[in-house]
Amino acid sequence: MHPGLVPVPLLATSLPDAITFAVSAVIVIAGAIGVVVARNPVHSALMLVMTLFGVAVLFVEQRADFLAAVQVIVYAGAIVVLFLFVIMLLGVDRREAVSADPLPWQRPLALVLSFCALGSVLALGFSGAWSTGAASVTGALPHRAGDTAALGKVVFTTYLLPFEVTAALLVIAVVAAVLLVRVPQLREQGGQAGAERGGAAGLEGDPEAVSDPGVDGDPQGLGERDREVVPS
Amino acid sequence: MTDVSGAWYLSLAAALFGIGAFGLLVRRNVLVMFMCVELMLNAANLTFVTFARMLNDIAGQAVVFFVLVVAAAEVVVGLAIIVAIFRRRREATADDLHILRG
Repeated sequence: MHPGLVPVPLLATSLPDAITFAVSAVIVIAGAIGVVVARNPVHSALMLVMTLFGVAVLFVEQRADFLAAVQVIVYAGAIVVLFLFVIMLLGVDRREAVSADPLPWQRPLALVLSFCALGSVLALGFSGAWSTGAASVTGALPHRAGDTAALGKVVFTTYLLPFEVTAALLVIAVVAAVLLVRVPQLREQGGQAGAERGGAAGLEGDPEAVSDPGVDGDPQGLGERDREVVPS
Repeated sequence: MTDVSGAWYLSLAAALFGIGAFGLLVRRNVLVMFMCVELMLNAANLTFVTFARMLNDIAGQAVVFFVLVVAAAEVVVGLAIIVAIFRRRREATADDLHILRG
């Protein structure tokens, strides 16, 4: 059995560490449950922020300072804000998705499956049958606080190629996002109706339907546009 | 005067992953399903950092760094897809997305 896997009782560790871990664990679990059970997506996003902060504290506890900072900046600062932007943009914050479950057996089954997965992972973890491989392949963790220097060295030497590929991946993702959400270009002949459609419901995904003058002049098309768009 | 044992962190990460998986299976709102995926990614990140500390290996933290970047890209593309779907049809639930059905 790997020595680190012996479950030392929480009270046998140093008191500040134990308290920090316990409080962070409660925050993480409470936030995660809040994400799942909140009816309003905005509340889910705020609960997600809570969980992310708890995980960041746990990162600091394990001498991963840089990752904790990145966690707060990227996750809580950028990703959740992106979620909130999309929620507000689409106006789905009043929707109730929990009621009227079309599959009544799905929820208990999901609960059972989740508990089975959790139980099997925990059983696997505490059974002691571990193959942990060689320790410290790329570089040792610095003993004192502060992992930034060691992490930077590893990222820019051993993991240089994945780092560069990551840059390409980000560019591709940005281009894909812009292409996906781009409103198709409106023709100038639309006039008032065209401007209206472009503003309120530039929500049309079909470029033919927007640029088609027959559909364009019809304000009634706004209500029906999401079913089948018949171009004429 | 010891640190909190890694088993506690791993158990917490397993619980976090279980909650995220449960939410992903249960919820119908695609945005909340996305947030549950983020929960599961965070559980995996916590596991990586814990093993990096237990094995005294910086590689685990490097992997977490890349997971963060890929998660950001994934969220960008996923939310763009959600916005595009919303433009076609005004629903937020995953059950209504059966465009491909013949």
